[in-house]
This record gives sequence, structure tokens and C-alpha cells, in this order.
Amino acid sequence: MTSAKSYIEVNSLNKAFGEKVILNDFNVQIHKSESFVVIGGSGTGKSVFIKCIMGLLKPDSGKISLNSHDITDLSPNDRQQIERFGMLFQGGALFDSLSVWENVAFGLMNGQNMGREEARKIALEKIDAVELSAKVADLYPAELSGGMQKRVALARAIATKPDIIFFDEPTTGLDPIVSGKINGLISKCVKELGATAITITHDMHSLRAIADRVGLLFEGKLIWTGTVSEMDTTDNPYVQQFINGNASGPFTVE
Amino acid sequence: MFEFLPSTGRMVIRFVHKVGAISCFLFSTLWNGLRPPYYGRQVLEQFLTIGFYSLPVVGLTAIFSGMVLALQSYTGFSRFSAESAIATVVVLSITRELGPVLAGLMVAGRVGSSMAAEIATMRVTEQIDALTTLSTNPLKMLVFPRILAGVLMLPLLVFIADIIGVFGGYLVCVYKLDFNSGNYIQSTIKYLEYDDVISGLIKAATFGFAISLMGCYHGYQSERGASGVGRATINAVVSSSVIILILNYVLTSVLFSK
Repeated sequence: MTSAKSYIEVNSLNKAFGEKVILNDFNVQIHKSESFVVIGGSGTGKSVFIKCIMGLLKPDSGKISLNSHDITDLSPNDRQQIERFGMLFQGGALFDSLSVWENVAFGLMNGQNMGREEARKIALEKIDAVELSAKVADLYPAELSGGMQKRVALARAIATKPDIIFFDEPTTGLDPIVSGKINGLISKCVKELGATAITITHDMHSLRAIADRVGLLFEGKLIWTGTVSEMDTTDNPYVQQFINGNASGPFTVE
Repeated sequence: MFEFLPSTGRMVIRFVHKVGAISCFLFSTLWNGLRPPYYGRQVLEQFLTIGFYSLPVVGLTAIFSGMVLALQSYTGFSRFSAESAIATVVVLSITRELGPVLAGLMVAGRVGSSMAAEIATMRVTEQIDALTTLSTNPLKMLVFPRILAGVLMLPLLVFIADIIGVFGGYLVCVYKLDFNSGNYIQSTIKYLEYDDVISGLIKAATFGFAISLMGCYHGYQSERGASGVGRATINAVVSSSVIILILNYVLTSVLFSK
């Protein structure tokens, strides 16, 4: 069922760590410029899925294609020649030996060989875009609060104008107000770039704020996909249990 | 009766597996690191960390080893009135053996551990993955500069340690044992050959290589969490120290067999 619109296509992906099967015949199609959100319990392989797309992990079998190129065996760098990636890591993953602006400008200076002056200018723009004051530019990541670090990481992820942005649990560990702020910034930045966004989360507020389409991951595969409005009306018991947070249902908590 | 066989077999397989993994790691580091772009700033930083900031600890080790060596040699040689050989024994032992080995072990403790901990922390906090997503090869930026600096800086450190160690021997002999200063210096130089120093420096370069490789490899392969970082550090220091001691024997038998 390959549709012409499908931008990222993952076919029967398998990945196991030792005896632990993480992805089991995983399939998904993601369209250009949509915001696709994967939800699922903790430790169900949500990050493994995006790391396979970026090339940080090698799947055991299966096929991944991007903009109709087969990228399954390409290195992360070669994948970036096809479409540029950006990623917001769960913990921010800021380089603690570099100042805030150097972090934001890292991809520009190292990936695109831009001069320091020009890169700093763009970094300051991006710091402004995530609504931080220019004063933080010369601080180090350790001097910032968790929410500010997330925003700097967001600025870094969008600085290279990526075609696809991955968000790994963007609101985990933040209070509801800061989470709301991050969600708003994510929607704004993704829209401005016209980028395709793939988010993994188990925060339902975050999902409602940023998702166009949703996929529910269970036992290594997406057992349900649909739009947010379909999610609210479906009678799929897994989806029902997940969005309502019921303790009883088809999901079992170990 | 043969219960030991399966576990021995498993150990051999694990060992071979490890050697293979480290070789692959090294190969892909060199493959990536030798091609542009080069990260000059990172290389200079590592030159400083390994070469300059290790000087105090290596210097201290060298001077006290030289002093002890002079005292001990005196104890032995004075029993058959061969005090005149002390200067030669001190300089040869230091340049050929103690300089490279002691500096190597100190640097393994100081630099190897910090490399492993730093890279492991970057791995655990996903900074290494972040480098990749920003179109930067982590092997090129993190590992290659450290290995290059290890190979180039350790000989320099050892050369300085040689001088300091010999000076330590001189201090003890001249100021404690009342040797004649001029005679001591003369007999230090008289029997010293280039090969003695050079072979020590070759050892040093090899040890530097082993220290950085082990530090980077164990850091890079670190498991999650604080305990992963701790284990990476232990593995780096223990394996590089053991490798230094084994390599030291191998190199000695190769270099001095002529």
C-alpha cells in the first residue's frame, strides 16, 4: 500500500537487543510536513524506532526509505545528504564544554563549515526564536534550568533548518507550564520550517498540542494509527486505555 | 573431569570478540580521522591535557624514582666497591625502563580514566548521538584527536621524565652520598647511547597509543547510567595498565635483542 505521498516509509523493521525483541515487524508511513506522534508505554522501543530512522542504530532486518531513497544501509551522514535531520534529545544532550550559542551554532560551524561570526548571528536568532534572552548566549548549559536547556536544545535542533525533526519525549521531567511552553514552541518552529516532525511521548497534553497523526506502539509494532480526532472516537481498547490512563485494560503493567 | 573446558572456551571467545571489536573501532577511527575535515582545536586541547597537564605528576614520579634508584644502587654496588657504576645504572634504568613504564602508568591513571569517564558521560547523556545528528562524526572529533595526542605527547613526556629522573639520581649521589658532581655527570653521559633513549621513546609512543585507545574505546562503548561510566573508567585504567606491562616486555625483547 505504497502511496505516492508517503515520505518516510518503514517496512517490517525488526530490532532486538540480545534476546529482548524491541521492534517486531514494525511498519509506518509518514507524509511530508505532517506531525506524527508515536505514543506507547515506557520501554516499548519508541526511541529505538527514531534512532533506526536516523541511522544511530542498525535494524536487524527490514527496510527504511526516505523520499523514495532506500536508506536502510546508509550511514547517518549519508542520510543527511538526502534530507537534513534535527533532533531534540530527551535530556537535551547539550555539549557541556561549549557555551549556549556554540551549542546552537554547532551544526552550522561543523556540519556546514559556516564562519564563527555568521554562525553566532544565526544562533542568536534561534535563541530569540525559542524566546530566550540574548543574555544566555554566553552561559554554559549547566548554568541553565531544565526548561531553558530544553529550549536551547530546540534552538540547536532547528538551527540547521532540518527537513525532518525528531522529538524524544520533549516534555518529560518538566512542570506543566514549562511543558505547555515547549509544546507551543515546537508547533511554532515546525510550522515555520515546514518540516516533518516525528515525536515520541507519553504526555497526552503534548500530543494534543502538536500531533496531526498518532500511532500507538505496543509489543514492537504500531497497533493503531489515525488522526487526533479519530483517536478520541475510536473504540480500540488499547487507545482508550492509553488516553484515559486506566490501570485495567489490554495493556498490562509489569 | 573436563568441567573447566566450557568456561575456558567462553573466555577465549570473549577475548577474541573484544580484540576484534577494538580493532574495528580503531580501524574506523583512523579511516575517518585521517580524512578532512580536521579538528585542530580538539587536537591542541588534547595535546595540552595529555602533554602539559600531566607534567607535574609525571615529573614527581620521575624525580623520586631516580632518587630511590640511586640509593638502592648504592646499597648494592658499595658492597663490592663499584660505586662508579651507579651513574650508568641510573641513567640506563630510567631511559630504557622506568621512564616509559612509570610515566605510562601514571598517564593511564590520570588521562586514560578521564578520557573514559568523559566519553562515557557523553555517551550516556546522548551527546555522542547528538554529534551524529549535527553531521559530525564522533570518532573523528572525539577519538582521533585523543589517540593522536597520546601517540605524540607520551614520548615528549617521557623525554622530560628521563631528564628529571636522572637529575633525581644526581641529587642523591652528589648531595647525600658525596659523589663528585663532575665525575657523576661524566659517567652518566659516557656510556649512554642514542638507542637507550630512542627505544624508551618508542615504548612511550606505544603506551600512549594503548592508553588513549583503551580510554576512548571503553568510554565509547559505555553502558547506561552512572555505573556504566564507572565500569568504563575501571576497564580503561586496568586494561591499559596491563597492556603497558605486557607490551613493555614484548618491546624490550624486540628492541634490545640485538
